[in-house]
Formats: sequence, C-alpha cells, structure tokens
Amino acid sequence: MSSAATDETVHFVLDGQPATARKGEMLIAAAERAGTFIPRFCYHPRMKSVGVCRMCLVEVSGPRGATLQPSCFVAVGEGMEVDTRSEKVKKAQDGVLEFLLVNHPLDCPVCDKGGECPLQDQTFAYGPGESRFIEEKRHFEKPIAISELVLLDRERCIQCSRCTRFAEDVAGEAQIDFAGRGELVEVATFPGEPFSSYFSGNTVQICPVGALTATPYRFTARPWDLDQVESTCTTCSFGCRVAVQSSANRLTRLLGIDSDPVNHGWLCDKGRFVFESTNGDEVATGPAPAIAVATAADEVDVVPATASQAVSLGPTRGQFAGEARSDHSVVSNRLTEPLVRKGGELVPTSWGEALGVVAEHLGASKSEHGAGSIGVLGGARLTNEGAYAWAKLAKGILGTDSVDAQLGDGLPAELVFGLPRATIDEACDATTVVLLAGDVREELPVLFLRLRDSVTNGHTKLLEISPVRTSLSAYAAVSLRVRPGDSPAVAASVVREGAPSLFAHPEGPTFSAEDLAAARALLAAPEGGRPGDGVVVVLGRPSLAEGAQVTAAAAAALAEALPGARFLPALRRGNVFGALEMGLAPGLLPGRVSLDAGREWFAAAWGGAPEAAGLDADGILSALAGEGEAPGSVTSLVLLGADPLTDFPDADLAVRALGAADFVVAVAGHPSPSTAHADVVLPAAVAHERVGTTTNIEGRVSRLGQKLVPPGQAWSDWMIAAELAQSLGADLGFGGVADLESEIAALAPSWAGFTPAVLDHLGAHDGLVVPLGADRGTGRAPIPTDPIAIPGVESVEHQGAALWVGLIEPLAGEGRPDLAGAQEKPAVGAGVAWRAETPRVPAPDSYSLRLVATRRLYDRGSAVASSPSLVALVPDAVARANPYDLDRIGATSGDRVRIRSARGAIELAVDADVHVARGVLAVDFNVGAGDGPANVAASLIEAGAAVNDVRLESLA
Amino acid sequence: MALTDAPRIVTSRMGRDDSHTLGRYLEAGGYDGLHKALSMTPEAVAAEVDEASLLGRGGAGFPAGRKWSMLRKAPVTYLVINGDESEPATFKDHLLIERDPHQLVEGVLIAAYALQVTQAFIYIRGEFALGLERVTQAVNDAYAHGAIGSDIFGSGFSVDVVVHPGAGAYICGEETALIESLEGKRGFPRIKPPFFPAVIGLYGEPTVVNNVETMSNLPWIINNGGAAFAGLGLGRSTGTRLFALSGHVRNPGVFELEMAKTTFRDLIYAPTLGGGITGGNTLKAFIPGGVSAPWFGPDQVDLALGQDEVAEAGSMLGSGSIVAMDSSTCMVRAAWRITKFFSRESCGQCTPCREGSGWLERVLYRIEHGGGREEDLDLLLDVSDNISPGLAWPPQQTTICVLGPSIPSSINSAISMFRDEFLVHIKEGACPYG
Amino acid sequence: MSHFSRETAERARALVALYPERRSALIPMCHLAQEQDGWLTEEAMEDIAELCGVTPAEVRGTATFYDMLHTEPVGEYVISVCTNIACLLGGADELLEHAEERLGVRAGGSTTDGLFTLEEAECLADCDFPPCVQVNSRFVRRQSAEDFDRLLDELASGALADEVPKHGTLIRVRRDGGLRAGRSEVAEERRAMSAAQAERAAAGKDAS
Ligand SMILES: Cc1cc2nc3c(=O)[nH]c(=O)nc-3n(C[C@H](O)[C@H](O)[C@H](O)COP(=O)(O)O)c2cc1C
Ligand code: SF4
Ligand code: FES
Repeated sequence: MSSAATDETVHFVLDGQPATARKGEMLIAAAERAGTFIPRFCYHPRMKSVGVCRMCLVEVSGPRGATLQPSCFVAVGEGMEVDTRSEKVKKAQDGVLEFLLVNHPLDCPVCDKGGECPLQDQTFAYGPGESRFIEEKRHFEKPIAISELVLLDRERCIQCSRCTRFAEDVAGEAQIDFAGRGELVEVATFPGEPFSSYFSGNTVQICPVGALTATPYRFTARPWDLDQVESTCTTCSFGCRVAVQSSANRLTRLLGIDSDPVNHGWLCDKGRFVFESTNGDEVATGPAPAIAVATAADEVDVVPATASQAVSLGPTRGQFAGEARSDHSVVSNRLTEPLVRKGGELVPTSWGEALGVVAEHLGASKSEHGAGSIGVLGGARLTNEGAYAWAKLAKGILGTDSVDAQLGDGLPAELVFGLPRATIDEACDATTVVLLAGDVREELPVLFLRLRDSVTNGHTKLLEISPVRTSLSAYAAVSLRVRPGDSPAVAASVVREGAPSLFAHPEGPTFSAEDLAAARALLAAPEGGRPGDGVVVVLGRPSLAEGAQVTAAAAAALAEALPGARFLPALRRGNVFGALEMGLAPGLLPGRVSLDAGREWFAAAWGGAPEAAGLDADGILSALAGEGEAPGSVTSLVLLGADPLTDFPDADLAVRALGAADFVVAVAGHPSPSTAHADVVLPAAVAHERVGTTTNIEGRVSRLGQKLVPPGQAWSDWMIAAELAQSLGADLGFGGVADLESEIAALAPSWAGFTPAVLDHLGAHDGLVVPLGADRGTGRAPIPTDPIAIPGVESVEHQGAALWVGLIEPLAGEGRPDLAGAQEKPAVGAGVAWRAETPRVPAPDSYSLRLVATRRLYDRGSAVASSPSLVALVPDAVARANPYDLDRIGATSGDRVRIRSARGAIELAVDADVHVARGVLAVDFNVGAGDGPANVAASLIEAGAAVNDVRLESLA
Repeated sequence: MALTDAPRIVTSRMGRDDSHTLGRYLEAGGYDGLHKALSMTPEAVAAEVDEASLLGRGGAGFPAGRKWSMLRKAPVTYLVINGDESEPATFKDHLLIERDPHQLVEGVLIAAYALQVTQAFIYIRGEFALGLERVTQAVNDAYAHGAIGSDIFGSGFSVDVVVHPGAGAYICGEETALIESLEGKRGFPRIKPPFFPAVIGLYGEPTVVNNVETMSNLPWIINNGGAAFAGLGLGRSTGTRLFALSGHVRNPGVFELEMAKTTFRDLIYAPTLGGGITGGNTLKAFIPGGVSAPWFGPDQVDLALGQDEVAEAGSMLGSGSIVAMDSSTCMVRAAWRITKFFSRESCGQCTPCREGSGWLERVLYRIEHGGGREEDLDLLLDVSDNISPGLAWPPQQTTICVLGPSIPSSINSAISMFRDEFLVHIKEGACPYG
Repeated sequence: MSHFSRETAERARALVALYPERRSALIPMCHLAQEQDGWLTEEAMEDIAELCGVTPAEVRGTATFYDMLHTEPVGEYVISVCTNIACLLGGADELLEHAEERLGVRAGGSTTDGLFTLEEAECLADCDFPPCVQVNSRFVRRQSAEDFDRLLDELASGALADEVPKHGTLIRVRRDGGLRAGRSEVAEERRAMSAAQAERAAAGKDAS
C-alpha cells in the first residue's frame, strides 16, 4: 500500500518545527503523527492515495520556491520545509471546501451522516459563513439502491473515490465505478448487477459524506444519540475489532476499527449487519425451511422442516413462542425466558424450575448411565469465560469428556494446537501461503482481504490445493484442483519428487505436471534455510463432505516435510478457538493440555475430572442414535448454542440422534430447529450483551464490549453454568467474570499470566496472542487510522500491536496460584499429540461423483436467519459439476437432477462449471433451494466417511 | 504563403489530392529520412534532433531532443504519439494526420529508432474518422513497404506501430490522461510527480509522449540535418511551425511559418495569410495560443510568433492556434463559451476544477443573459483565484493538471480587458450584442 | 461472450492481440461494438468486460467518460454541430438553432424516426470552415442553413452512404500485418537493445 514506509528516518520542517518521518511516508501521515492534522477527504491510510479532493493542500518547499501540494501524495523528503497554516494554504483549503459545497445539497438535518460528517464539521470549523453560490445545483434522483444493503445519494457524493477504490483495490471486485465526466461524474453500478460484494458496508463506513448509507442503519439513529463500546466481532473467528453502537438498548451500527494485526479497519457485511439478530427484530420469513428426511432406501422425501419436527421431533418453533404461524409468518427471534416441555409443548417457566428440571435429568443420567452418558455439543458461540465455566461444569462437575465445541465441521483440537501456529501477519508476510481450506472469502472474509492484499501489494505467493475454484484462485500462483480424498497424496507429492498416483485416476489428473512443478518450486527451501521457512499453511476444511481425517493427513504430510512451515487454522465458528482453548473438546482440558496430562492438576483444582476420554460430535450423535463405536452410551444432550439439526454435516444422523435422546437441554439465544426439539431451553445472552474475551484464529485474545442488557430473562452463559452447578449441588466458585479470568490465568497453562490486568494495563486494544510472548509480530509500523471512517472511536491513536512486541512478559504469580494445591501445573501443550492416520479412501467408481460441500457466507444458519437485512441474500443451492460429467448423464446447465447418496436423495438444479474437476459434484453447505431441504448438502453427507460419493440422474 | 524564404518543412506535399498515399510520398523522397536514420547510430539520430532544438508542438514547448536525452539514461519502453488535438481552435495536427500520414509515420519510426523503442502507439482523437483511416492505411502500407515490423529495411531494428482511436474527451490530450486512456481507462490525469511519463508511463514503464507535429518534423530534420533546422527561426524558437488561424479573419487556415520571424500582425493581416479582419471590422482581441492562453489586445499584434516572446508578454504560444475576435464580438459570451468548454471537459477528479468550472460557467451565463450582479465580477475572479492562486502566468494551481488553471485565463482576460462590457451587461440586464 | 457476432468477436480478439495489456483494447472495442449495434448496448459491454478482463461496471464507467461512446441508443446519423469559440464566431449558435428547429429536437435528442441524433459538440478541429459540422465523425464543411437542409435530405435519401457510414463505423480500414508483441516480448527486445546500446557506448569510449 502507498503508506508502505520503512524504518529509515527522514527529517523535515513542519510549520517551523523540526519533525521526522519514515522514509517513503506521506506528508499527511507524518504530520499527523507529529500532531498536526491536515484536513482531507480522499486520503485513506489503507488505500493508495489519489490526491483528488485537494483538501490536504499545503505549501511545500521545492526548487522553484514553495508550491501548493497535496500532502497525501507527497512523500516526505529530507530537509523538506512544509507550511500547513500559511494564508495561501488556508485560502486554498477554504476554496476547496466551498467548491465541495457548490453541488452538495443542504440536507444535513435528514442525512445519516449529519453530526459526524467531516464536510459538515470542516465547514463549521474553516468554511466561509455564507454561500456565495446562488446558482442551481446539480440534481440526481435521490437515493438509489445499489444493492440490498447500500443506498447511494449521488447529490451528496464528493467524488473522493474512496468507495470505488475500495471496491477495486481492496475487495478486488469493481462492481461500482465512476461513470460520466466532470461535474456529472457519479458512482454507478452496471445495470442489473448490484454492488453485491461481501464487503460493501466498508464503503458506507469510509464514505466521508452521506452519499452511501446502509439500509439497516438508515434513519435508525443520529450520531449524537449513539453510545458506543469497542469490541470484537464474533461472527467468524477472524476477530475483527469493532465499535458497537446502540441507541435506547438497541444496536444500531457496527463500525470496523483499524486493528493493525487483524482487520485493518475492514469488516464483512455479515459481521457488520448481523447485529440485527441481537436486537431480535422480527423477521418476515419466507416459506418455512424444510429438511429432508430420507434414508438410503427412501425415494426423495422432502418434508417441510416444521412439519417433520412436528411429526418426528416434537413441537415447532412457532408453537413455543406462541405466535401464529403461516407460510409467511413473523417470528420474534430471541429466546427471552426459560422454557420447559410440558404435555409435549415448550412453555415458559422460571429459571428455578428450568434449572431444577435440567439438574434432575442430568443428575439421573449420570447416576444411572455414568458421566459419559451426557454429551455436550457446541460452545463456539460462548465467550472464553463462558466456555471455561461450561468446561468446568461438564468435565469437573458432571465428569463427562464427551464435549465438543465443533459440529463435525472442524479439525481435531490436537491438530490445531499441535501444529506450529502462525499469526495472521505471518501469513500475510509469508513468501508462500498454502491454502488447504474452504473458500476463505466465504468463511473468514477479512482474511480474504488480508491475503489478497499480501498477494497484490506484497510479496506473497499462493499455492491453492482445493477441490473447487475459490475466491482466491484468481490470485493463486498455482491452483491445484484435487478430488475429495486426494489431498494427502497431492500434499505429499508437492513436497516430494515423483508423480502422484492420482495421475493414474480413470478421469485423468486434475492438474498438470507443470502446475505440480510450479507448486514444488513455491515450496522449495530458501537458500540457507529449512524446508518450509517462509511458508504458512492456512488449514481449514476444504469440504464438509470430506472427513477431517483427510485434511489432517494432508496437513501431516506438509508438516513433516516442511519443518519450517507454520499453520494458521482456518476454522470459522465465532469463538471456536477460545472454546477449544478452554477445553470444550474431547480429550482436552483448558489451556492446551490433554486430559491425561492435566487430569491431576484440574481434578485438584476443580474437585473432579473425567476418567476417560469421551466422544466427539460425530461420536456423541452416533451414540445417541444407537450407532457407532459406543451405541447407546450417550442418552442426554446439552446443546451450547449449537443447532445440529441445521448445522451438522450429516442431517440424517442429527435427526435420528435428537429423536432418540432421552433428554435435550438447549442453551441458546435464538430459536432454531434444535431448540424446538429440546426438553428445556435456557435463554442466553448473545454477542454485544456479554463481557469477557474471545480468541481468534491466531490465538489472539481480545475484549468483548457489552453494549446491551440481555433481553428478558436471558443470562450470560457462565451464569447459566454457575447456576446449574448450584442446582446440581456444586459450586463453580465464580461471582463474576473477573473471578473467571483470574482462575483461567491461574489454571490454564496457555493463559499463564493472562490476567485481566494485562489486557487492561497494557491498553492492548488489539488484544494479545496467547500464550503471552507468542505474538511474534512482524515489526510493521502502525499507521495512523482513518478518522473519517471511525468517528468517535477514541482509542485509534493507541492502536498498533506491533508496539507491544517484546514488551509482554508472562506476569507469573498473579491470580490464584494456590488453586490446584500441591499439583504441578502441566506445561502448555502437555500431552497434546496428534497422529494423522492415512484415511481409507475407497476407490472411486466410474458411475459416481465425489461430493464437495463448501460453506457460503450467507447461509441458513440462525445468525443470518434472524437478521432481516441478510436473509434475502442467502443464495439458493445449486449443484455444480464439470460439463463432461453432465454430458454423460445428458444434463446441461439449469437442468434439475436427482442426487443420490448413501444418506438419501434430493433434487436440485445443476450448473456446468469447468472449474469443477471431472468426477466431482460441488454443493453449497447449509443452503437450500425452494421447498427442498434447508441444508441440501447435509442431507447427502454421511458423517465420519472419508468421502461421500453420489450418483447423478437427469430429470430433464 | 510564407513571408520568409524558409522552406516548408511539414506542409511541402499538402497541395495534392493524393498527398496521403505511399506512392506520392515515396515520389517526394518519402522514407529517405528513415533509411538515413537507420544507417546512423540511434545516438547520432537523437543528437541530430537535439541539435535541431525542436520544441514540442503539443503545447508545453519542451525541446524534444532534451526530453529524449533525459530519458535515454534509462531505457524507454514505449513511444506514444499525441494526436488527440482537441484544444479549441487548434486544427493543425488534423491537417498533418489527414494530408500527410506517411510523414507522421516516418517521424514516429525515426523517433522509435532513436529511442530504441520497439512499440509505438499513435493516439488519434476519435472524431478524426478519416484521419484514423488514413493513418491506419499508412501503417499498413508502411508494413508492406518494410518500414514497420521485424527487421525494418534490413537494419535489424524491429518496431510495431499501433493506431489507437480516442473516443471524445479533450482531457486525453494531456499526456498522462492520454496514457490512462490508452490503458483502457477514463482519461484521469495522473499526478506529476511521480507520474512523469518518462519515469512511470504507459503500463508503468518509461514512456515518451510527443505531439504529431513534433514527429512530422523529424524526416526533414534527418534529411537536412539538425543544424539546418536550428538555422531557421530565432533563439529558442527554431524551425518553422504550424499556426492555426481562425475566427474573424478573411482567410482562416493553417500556415507554416518560420518561427519568431513573423508577427501576429503578419499572420492576421498579410494577404497571403489571414488576409485581415472580416466585414470591415476591427480587431478587438485575439487568443494567441489556444483557449488556455490569456488573451492579447490589438496593441500586442506586433509581437513575434516565438515561444519566449509570447511568454514574456504574459501568455503562451501553446498549441499554435490564434483566434481573432473582431469588434462585433461579445466578450462575455466568448468567455462564457470557453468556460463552458472547460466545464464540459474537466475530467472531474479535482474538486476545484470540477466544481469551479461549473460554477464559473453558470455565473458567466447568468451575466450574459441579464442576471448579473456587480459583485459577480469579484466573485468570478476570487473563484478563479481558488483554482489558480495569484491568477498569474504561468499559472499556479490547486489541481492535478493544468486544465484547472487554464479555466481562469479567458475570464481573467475578459474582465481585465473588457470590464466595462461586463458592467453594461449587468446594468442593462441584457447582452448589448443581442 | 454471447452478444458479439462471430465477425465482431474475431475483430475484438484481434484488437486484444495488439496491446501489451488487454484492457487497452477497451475503447477500440467499444467503437467496434458501436459499429455492430450503432450504440453501446449492455450486452456488448458485458462481452467487452469479459474480453478486457474488467467488470461490466468498469466498461460502462469508462465508456461514459467519452462523448463518442453512447450507452443509450442514437440515430443512424449523429450530427455534431460545433459551437466552440471559432465556430461561435462563425455563426454556430444560429446553425444549431436552425438544426434544432429543422429536426424538431433539442441538442442531445434524436428524431422519432431513429434517423438523426443532434449533438452540440466541442471543437472538432476544423475551425477554418465554420460552423463545423460532423455526421458520424465525418466532416461536412462550412454549413449554412441551406447547406444543412440539403445535407439532411442527402443523408435521408442515402445519397451520402459512401461517405457517411451508419453510426458507429469509425475506421473502415482494417489493420493488416504487423507484430503482435506481448508485454514480456517488448521488455525482452528492449533489454537486448539497451545492451547493444551500452556496448556501442563502451566501444565508442574505447575508440576515443
Ligand atoms: C489539458 C491539456 C490538453 C492537451 N492537449 C494536447 C493535445 O491535444 N495534443 C498534444 O499534442 N498535446 C496536448 N497537450 C500537451 C501534452 O500534455 C504533452 O505536453 C504533449 O503531447 C507533449 O508532446 P510535445 O513535447 O511533442 O509537444 C495537452 C496538455 C494539457 C494540459
Ligand atoms: S485539473 Fe481538472 S482536468 Fe485536470 S485532473 Fe484535475 S479535474 Fe481533471
Ligand atoms: S487530495 Fe489529499 S486528501 Fe484528498
């Protein structure tokens, strides 16, 4: 980016005073750091300067005397003399302001930007009192919608090109561009092609005037009514820093804060607008979502979800909330009071009664069938503190280890913690990034922006190993298409000589020998370095229809051959890393220690710990359904914000498991098919209603800010755990989040010394990577942030985690070190060993296609489903296959096909896509089409299978 | 036609109907210059142009040889010929493009060889349909003749020439906007520094941009030697130059005159040139070098047609176009029309130019149509001053390119030379010229 | 690509081959699209976007910068009357007024029969024959009101079909032959030549 500056220092004179700048730094930024703010509109520190608004003109000395120059476009030179306040500068700046107002409407009283508008502010501060412009202003049709989320008022536009530059240079999708010339220049989309970028909200945020407004925010509040806290977005696990604003106990807006190690000020639209789900606004739903109930033997049997649950699972969500239902019903989408099933229906009750019922059932389950009969699913939506409290309750008090924060869509926790971890900055500074993950733009959108930036503006090269083309394919130096099940072999062959056996596949190889050679070159050891030095592997789940063991085996091949490589785990659920860190995974205890290694330590501190390793999500559901390795061993289920009926990759198994459970208690903020099926529902506080911390993909822990009081009787998760423990006759020992924080710091090895004081004392707004000292940083110099984009966020000047690098020492001895008595605290990572077994992948048969299921940003998950502005953006599911394979069954793009797997069959439209390898069928996960299943992919997938094969039949 | 005995350098073949054909061109010694250049070293060719002291004919008047030699320190990747000619009342490149395209092509090839550039683009404004066809034909014929392509005339030097049409935007004549346009973008000028074409030009590579007339001089210079060219004219203004004369003269047209040896009076009044003011009227004012230039009054007609002479008098020879306005001309209307041009042609990047041009145009229109107020004159000048601080010549600017500070030229000239006329408009609430 | 005819598509691809970067072909390709359709349709812009590797919004954004590229339908003959300073002095306003009356449209409008579009143009660089008029970018000189009326008749009757092709046809001469140099080839040749140049310079020094 243009503000790329090195550590070399240059000296210049700023308004008569000596000042310094980094070599290459723009005058406007150097002046700002020296305390002189130069007004500006078009300049944005995270984008290339264009120098068009001319607001930042200052006088700069030169060979021909002082001239007016745009300070955003002049790099500070040694000895340069700069005058930012001369009469000439003032007249020029006043002139620019006056020019900007020539065609600008005087509609500040009804403008969303009124009250936080730099144009308005600067006009008050510097501008001429009265307008000398008496002519007719330029007129455009007042706001036009350029997407579902963004409105454009061209009359207010000052042509600064911030939005168009963002779209092209940052997001890489120029769906908006300037049109016209001169005075008539306007921002425009192409007819019929809206500004559908996942990042469109950023343009609203960085627009210096009210030209771009967001439909969800429009007219909801005026800036001066707003109250804000800084927090971290937990929509995905990337950890973008946000300013959360509310008015009258309703969230009104989220703004991205420029966190140098994380989001650079950007947010994705889901993260920005999903706050609506917290408000619990009523969502007019379309036709009720449906899930398919089908078995291998059945023909397609598509039943509306609500009806199917009414039949096989119990009451529907409409019934407990007491609303009328119709095909286009209106449902309030927050759970606000405890519910207990009575006479087959969920009815509101008191916390006391609800907790009593839960304690009774779980207690009975434990005493009758053993601790292992209780399965706990979910936790990735909890705060770190909530996750710890639940880990302590589940593992310490209830004694079960069958606890899993991931829903069969992640990676083994041992793998996540066992591989050398990379930070985001390290990934973006890597010479080669290996992508072995789903589509990053769909799953971790701002990571996509960061990686794209490091490829287009930095020196990073991408090597993609993916079953389908992704948003990053276009930026990849090499993109190796792989069929499901083949990634271990491909990974092995890019780090070793010799052609992979896949080249012998009946459908032929999915990439060329040249691509393979190019991939190998990207991974070649640097001169004098170890193999893998400078390599970061972004490791996620390329497909939910492919078992995690396949990806794990591929990762193992890379890790083994590339000892210098680091791994950035790309799991996407909000606080999944915090949940794993806090021990919400089978075989683990808080602080990255194994059950075996930490049992004594935690048993001493907690008064108990599981005796034996438990089951993961797949195992729990299988056991409930009477299958798998331990059929029937699990009888009760605790859902921590989890909705396996929608979200678990194997819908069939989830339906059977929940149907077979003796007792289901759901802790949740929003109703879902799974809460509708529960016996007890405990209402929980959700994002922006809680205090505590969250952990992102690189292990960075940052503070959550509480902006709202939870509605009705909803409680924070940790409180629910604490109260439930009381009902079970135990005491977790927490009176507040502070107690939790101290206990975690004292007990969890990876959090040693991570007391609240550390986070607060250092004023680490960007959070800190745990274990402390692990933040290796990259030594990037923090840059001044954009005051236009984050009006009123006061801490921006203090940002820049790089400043803290090296300052952080684990503050040993703080907290409550005596908690675990005489036990010796296990080391971070103690006992965390992972072993990747070569998965057994059946040979493909020539009649089948291998299924790939990938995530979409907007899906039918409850967060989007309860955000009115986002529901409309959820795409319809389509199946994509290579034209060759479609040809074979006589189908073409747009035709409907029947897809049959071991789990069932569904009907779907197909698209011919040359970017899908032959022999592969790609279907989006957690989206449906029309009246079909809500999650078509899940109705085809068999959990635990290394690969899922499907057969295709044309219905045309 | 010429008043001095200088040879015609770029218009020698213009008289004939088929002056644009290869056959006619070869008959008149066409491509001899290229043959000769190819027999010399590139350095020697450049030295010859340097010696000629050929000033760029696009408007800025920078010596071509110097531009090249500055550049030849670093290798140049592209040569771009500016045939966008859109400055109002400028129509000399039009003539060269349509009437002698091979001369242009030969010039381009000589320059390419001197700069050792293998890829040249001739950017021609889109409205010159005939010109585009003729230059394209010339390029085709030159290929066939062996003058373009691989190993031209067996010299080992290879070059490709692409004729690129514009699509109607004055600003694309500005060299950095032209480069943007050639890259397939809106013609938004780039900021200099750092985007001097020589440093970061087409596709980010070092690029030389030269005007059509500048190029058309090269065959003669190589054939006759730089010294012969430098021997014509006076001082820095060497050689001959095309002057486009229009407005209220009996005989408007393009005239090739030895530089600095003739005056505006000669050009406007000489029977073989402009032939005097039409309709028995008198000269009221004239624009000496394109509408970006400040105007002159009748008392300045004896200035020599030389770059420095005009600059010293507070204006510029610019694109070499002279517009004569006679006593029947409404100066408010003239200033308004020119300002309207800038308002329509501002690219729209810079706030002062985009908004200022429209504002000024509206005020002038209001005055011309009877709605003027006395304070409007100060307003016009102050708004102009906010675009070009000091309202001096050469102008200072608050904008990226010099289109912005060109806007005030005619306004400032009209108000300072014809303030009374403005006041009459305002007092009478109407245009006195009807 | 779906909208371009086979011939247009072929010529479009030939244009791309002329430039080191394909986006450079954007404007010539817009002319080509106008040659096919008379104006720049949305479908054509989508094809151009694909061929030039940009978004349709960028094609439209770029095209709308240029006066000659029409993203709305225009008549078969686009008549441009220059009213800039030299032509103004030569009676352009009066001619434009006459043209508006005669055609029954204001500048910028098209006749209902789809035959004519009238435009007020900036300087067309033909100032020695004011007022200057172009039809489909072909110059017609020194237009009096009577000349103009005759011009309309001749255009309508097709008498000028040879001189003035339908709107959009800009360059009837096809480029033939020539190098098609890629960016890397240009750089390669360039490097070889500067090496030779350096050698010559060194040799020159030796000689002296
Ligand atoms: C607004 C503006 C318009 C210009 N228009 C033209 C033009 O139409 N033709 C031209 O050759 N130069 C034009 N120029 C000058 C070019 O930027 C550039 O100086 C010239 O092409 C260099 O060629 P030369 O050195 O051979 O004169 C224009 C400059 C400006 C600022
Ligand atoms: S001065 Fe005017 S024409 Fe030049 S870049 Fe700025 S806005 Fe564009
Ligand atoms: S020109 Fe510098 S901030 Fe706009």
